[in-house]
Amino acid sequence: MSNPSASRYFIPQPSLWPMVGSLALLLMASGAVLTMNSIANGGFVLLAGFAVLFYMLFGWFGSVIDESEGGNYNLQVDQSFRWSMGWFIFSEVMFFAAFFGSLFYIRVLSVPELASSAQQLYSGFAGFVGTWPTAGPAAEAAKTEFHAMHATGIPLLNTILLLSSGATLTWAHWGMLAGKRKQLVLGLFLTIALGLTFIGFQAYEYYEAYNHLNLKMTTGVYGSTFFMLTGFHGFHVTLGATMLIVILIRSMKGHFTAERHFAFEAVAWYWHFVDVVWLGLFVVVYWL
Amino acid sequence: MQASHDTHDHAHGDHGDHAHHGRAPGLMGWFTTTNHKDIGTMYLWFSFVMFLVGGAMSLVIRGELFAPGLQYVSPEFYNQMLTLHALIMVFGAIMPAFVGFANWMIPMMVGAPDMAFARMNNWSFWLLPPAAILLTGSLFVPGGAAGTGWTLYPPLSVQMGLGMDMAIFAVHILGMSSIMGSINIITTILNMRAPGMTLMRMPMFCWTWLVTAFLLIASMPILAGAVTMLLTDRHFGTSFFNAAGGGDPVLFQHIFWFFGHPEVYIIALPAFGVVSHVIPAFSRKHLFGYTSMVYAIAAIGLISFFVWAHHMYVTGIPLTGQLYFMYATLLIAVPTGVKVFNWITTMWRGELTFETPMLFALGFLFLFTVGGLTGLVLAITAVDIQLQDTYYVVAHFHYVMVAGALFSAYAGAYFWLPKWTGRMYDEALGKVHFWTSIVFFNVAFFPQHFLGLAGMPRRIPDYATQFTDFNAVSSIGAFGFGFSQLIFLWVVLKNIKGGEAAPVKPWDGATGLEWTLPSPVPYHTFEDPPVITEEHLAAAH
Amino acid sequence: MTKDTSNQFAGLKTVLTVLLAGSLAIFAGVAQAEWKLNLQEPVTDLARRIYDLHTFLTIFVTIIFVGVFGVLGYSLVMHTRKRGHKAADFHDNLTVEILWTLIPAVILVAIAVPATIALVNQRDTSKADMTIKVTGYQWKWGYEYMSGDATGIKFISVLSTPRAQIENKEAKGENYLLEVDRHLVVPVNKKVRILTTATDVIHNWSVPAFAVKTDAVPGFVRDAWFKADKEGTYRGQCSELCGKDHGFMPIVVDVVSEAKYAEWVAAQQKEMAAAADDPNKVFTLDELVKRGEKVYTTNCAGCHQPTGKGVPPAFPALDGSAIVKGPKERHLAIVINGKPGTAMAAFGAQLNDADIASVVAYERNAWSNKLNDVIQPAEVKALRGK
Ligand code: HEA
Ligand code: HEA
Ligand code: HEC
Ligand code: CUA
Ligand SMILES: [Cu+2]
Repeated sequence: MSNPSASRYFIPQPSLWPMVGSLALLLMASGAVLTMNSIANGGFVLLAGFAVLFYMLFGWFGSVIDESEGGNYNLQVDQSFRWSMGWFIFSEVMFFAAFFGSLFYIRVLSVPELASSAQQLYSGFAGFVGTWPTAGPAAEAAKTEFHAMHATGIPLLNTILLLSSGATLTWAHWGMLAGKRKQLVLGLFLTIALGLTFIGFQAYEYYEAYNHLNLKMTTGVYGSTFFMLTGFHGFHVTLGATMLIVILIRSMKGHFTAERHFAFEAVAWYWHFVDVVWLGLFVVVYWL
Repeated sequence: MQASHDTHDHAHGDHGDHAHHGRAPGLMGWFTTTNHKDIGTMYLWFSFVMFLVGGAMSLVIRGELFAPGLQYVSPEFYNQMLTLHALIMVFGAIMPAFVGFANWMIPMMVGAPDMAFARMNNWSFWLLPPAAILLTGSLFVPGGAAGTGWTLYPPLSVQMGLGMDMAIFAVHILGMSSIMGSINIITTILNMRAPGMTLMRMPMFCWTWLVTAFLLIASMPILAGAVTMLLTDRHFGTSFFNAAGGGDPVLFQHIFWFFGHPEVYIIALPAFGVVSHVIPAFSRKHLFGYTSMVYAIAAIGLISFFVWAHHMYVTGIPLTGQLYFMYATLLIAVPTGVKVFNWITTMWRGELTFETPMLFALGFLFLFTVGGLTGLVLAITAVDIQLQDTYYVVAHFHYVMVAGALFSAYAGAYFWLPKWTGRMYDEALGKVHFWTSIVFFNVAFFPQHFLGLAGMPRRIPDYATQFTDFNAVSSIGAFGFGFSQLIFLWVVLKNIKGGEAAPVKPWDGATGLEWTLPSPVPYHTFEDPPVITEEHLAAAH
Repeated sequence: MTKDTSNQFAGLKTVLTVLLAGSLAIFAGVAQAEWKLNLQEPVTDLARRIYDLHTFLTIFVTIIFVGVFGVLGYSLVMHTRKRGHKAADFHDNLTVEILWTLIPAVILVAIAVPATIALVNQRDTSKADMTIKVTGYQWKWGYEYMSGDATGIKFISVLSTPRAQIENKEAKGENYLLEVDRHLVVPVNKKVRILTTATDVIHNWSVPAFAVKTDAVPGFVRDAWFKADKEGTYRGQCSELCGKDHGFMPIVVDVVSEAKYAEWVAAQQKEMAAAADDPNKVFTLDELVKRGEKVYTTNCAGCHQPTGKGVPPAFPALDGSAIVKGPKERHLAIVINGKPGTAMAAFGAQLNDADIASVVAYERNAWSNKLNDVIQPAEVKALRGK
């Protein structure tokens, strides 16, 4: 084991984890294909895929943590991690951009076009009004009612929750920098609690949507964009919360120092990113 | 220069001893390796195998099109071949080939011990086989593979069977692989350069990959988003692409091409990079206009995000949109032109010789320009109305992708093969490979311009009789071209088995750190970074 | 490594010559030869304009190509080691670099001007003399005259090339794959506005001689126009991949004189009046099956096959199908309403009551489905809109 100022750039030992990860993804993809096409036992394959994936994640991150705690990572490695996390988050931004872009296109271009008089004269959608939120011409013709999600209420509450979680996380970071481990642990704990509450509220919102608002994935473009954007975001919050839990456990075990705590920072960046995405969502999905 | 191999006497030959983290023996070694050279080798082999598979599919296409009438395959199967041919060639052959070059060369070019994330690098590679299994495997499921063309346009793709879902997940996995690979490459370039290797001293191949990796990170997630929406439209009742629910099929095209156009430069830029090494080496001159090359690459990368709808001129986008996208598309010819002029000026008043790598680089230059110029014709919206979805487009993109990217990959392979295996390849065979390739390539694809002008649509398994003659010629060329590629396989196998030992620097005009290392390159290089000075760069002359 | 290079040179030159000759051949007027090298002969002003624009562009890019590679060619011949040329040492020259950035930019602006004018013209669909709505179906075209004398005329146009020719069992005819049962007919010298739409997937209505190529997007309406100034028959093909029979949905347009057009319209209207079914007519089983077979062959056989065996799993067999052999209502319902998200279209929109009744009756009595059912148009009418 070399020390933190290891002179050489750390190159990991040969590892089977990537192979395990590939197997996991192959199983997950095959399982999902089978399940979606209602072919028997697809669910088992999918579950097996997830199981292998978790096994891989535990193993792989386990080795990374060991290597890190073993002092293998010199500052250049640390810098590499920073670059990589930054670019990874950028890729996530672009992933969300595809969905935000779709929402923009649908609201600004395609729905108004469907509702324009020139289209209606000849298309099968005469009488389509197309005011947002809309479930599209077919639902409108069939007079299917649904209620859109209001910005006030749960979404506003969720905004406050997420913003405060950003604050508690920063507070935890200050704790770490000042060597106050208690503040670090408490801050992380609060952040996680706020995040989990957010997820709980979101689940409740979905329950309401399906059971009382008649708002579903199948509710035309409004339902599609609403569930795609909030769902994809919710998935990211879940991921972020899971990572925070790992960081919390590591903090309680005494990992990280005031100088070296890249993992903490990476998760914090990620959490703030998820936060910012939510603000965008709040504005364009719920509010406007 | 005091090359670092002196300090690592344990690492001679590719198997050497494994004092620390060498490759484990046997297959397991390849499964688990974290060495950039091993991984580069795997990428290159994978890509060549996929090239043969995708090429075999193109031969099914060309076989069916040899004569009018339905001969060998049903229209459904034809569409599946078409789709898989394109997906496999683009994602399975060309892209991995250049990632293979990146893995092999970038650490050596910038003086790094390995890629920044060696273990993740292994995963980037090993994600490819599952994706390839999903893609090719989809041929054997009920309903067969996706028959939508590689563009996967809904609503047609919503109609497809489970082969479509397999393609969607394959795209997701390929996307993950590309993003991880790109993060690795960017980080290696930005953070692992040896002291003194400033950005503006960096070899051109690294520059092209830096921009390419950026394009990949920015565009692959977009494609993932598009196919995710496709998936939910197919199975979860969403209406992103369904007008009855307020969506729009054309939305998919916008998202797809927002990815798709940068994608074509993802294919082209590393090819430019390789050529920028080969041409100076065989001209025995410096690359002309290094700085403007760098700016041109950056400009191409940037502009490529703003031209996507030139693939959608006939979808009914508004006139203003058509005009904007036409102008933007024309603009991209300017930086590309700068590169072409720089390459030509590099050769001007040089001391040219014509070994196989140079021949392929020249083939690239000629034929890529032909493809680029037909691209310009297509960019003119009014003219594209006549040409869109005809064989003219097919001819255009095979000129830029086969004679462009593929020829450049061959140039690179012949150029660096001596460094990789430590032996010279058979020059005579290499030349045969080049001449058969370039002749048959033109026989196969030049007539397609005429077919397209005369109005033959693409993606059809059968055609009107007036197109018979050129199609027959094209098919003959395609078979000739295809079988010529087996010569390359032969060259490489022969080279691996034996041959004249290669010197440290087999090409007297070559420059760069990789030529300071022994041939074959030791398993570990630059574990302690070399210090690069102006003299090193100049001394390589 | 640097052996003799002279024979490679010979090869390179040959390739160059072939390439240049090839591109030059485009303008050499060989267009009349069997090996067609250029765009189809245009018959509208716009198409001619585009034709010229394309010729201009091709000459232009050929000049660029020859110019640029002429320089390179010189270098490839003269500046070689074989000739004993020694490499010069220069690697930057700001002036030329600026020049070869600016000059192409200027050239491109020069190209953009005529291109813009043609395009603006191309998109101007106002002041049309008549409007025809074109609907793309998998795999046929529906035409409906929306204005003018012919208003109300509508029909479906499908490929008429016999299967046997496609399967190489018969010699191919002159217009192999470019022939349909019913041509679209338009008068000469009239500005015709085309509205395109589709019901299932994206198709594309394209006639090169008119320089029209417009996507038919399901649920949306797009438009294009042409004003043909030469009588004749013009052919095109669907130009957007739309599934299995994408290659088999051609477009045929007859451009005829005003007088002939009027004649055609009158004939169509008469035929339509005659064909209009008495909605309360009661058919016998024989009548139904005979009529149904025809409807089936034009509309259904493409997917479900003439044998009724389909192409499983993409297109289910109707021979022995549970739905076909089950209750009439379900069978009728799937034909009328289709099955969203699959290729099975809602035929209620394309076929009239009598056609639907007869095709369903046919299916229930064809192949091994000997159900002996009779279905009357009135039953279809009752089910519509449910
Ligand atoms: C490597 C891949 C690659 C590259 C580099 C390019 C480069 C270009 N492409 Fe191409 N293209 C494809 C791959 C590529 N393309 C593919 C795969 C498709 C079809 C996808 C599908 O539908 O399936 C396609 C389709 C396509 C279309 C849509 C056609 C249609 O479907 O109707 C258009 C239209 O504008 C176009 C334009 C261009 C242009 C203007 C360039 C320019 O970048 C070219 C620039 C280069 C030059 C111009 C030559 C060199 C310059 C000089 C010598 C300087 C002097 C020049 C002047 C002054 C003009 N391409
Ligand atoms: C980089 C990408 C790439 C490459 C390298 C190629 C290579 C080739 N392509 Fe392809 N092609 C595309 C990308 C590419 N293509 C794309 C994107 C499309 C559009 C698809 C769409 O419309 O959606 C397309 C479409 C396309 C068509 C149009 C089909 C249609 O529209 O109906 C045709 C037809 O001629 C064609 C031909 C060929 C040929 C002959 C080659 C040759 O260069 C191939 C040569 C190689 C070989 C022939 C392999 C040789 C191997 C053997 C002979 C041995 C076989 C043995 C084993 C498998 C063990 N391609
Ligand atoms: C473009 C292709 C296509 C055409 C044309 C077509 N069908 Fe179908 N048809 C389908 C598909 C696909 C299904 C399967 C739908 C599903 O998944 O349930 C189907 C299902 C059916 C079924 C239900 C059979 C079963 O066992 O599920 C009937 C009945 C049917 N079609 C009748 C017709 C008739 C009558 C016509 C012509 C008027 C016709 N079809 C034309 C594609 C087509
Ligand atoms: Cu209809 Cu292609
Ligand atoms: Cu493009």
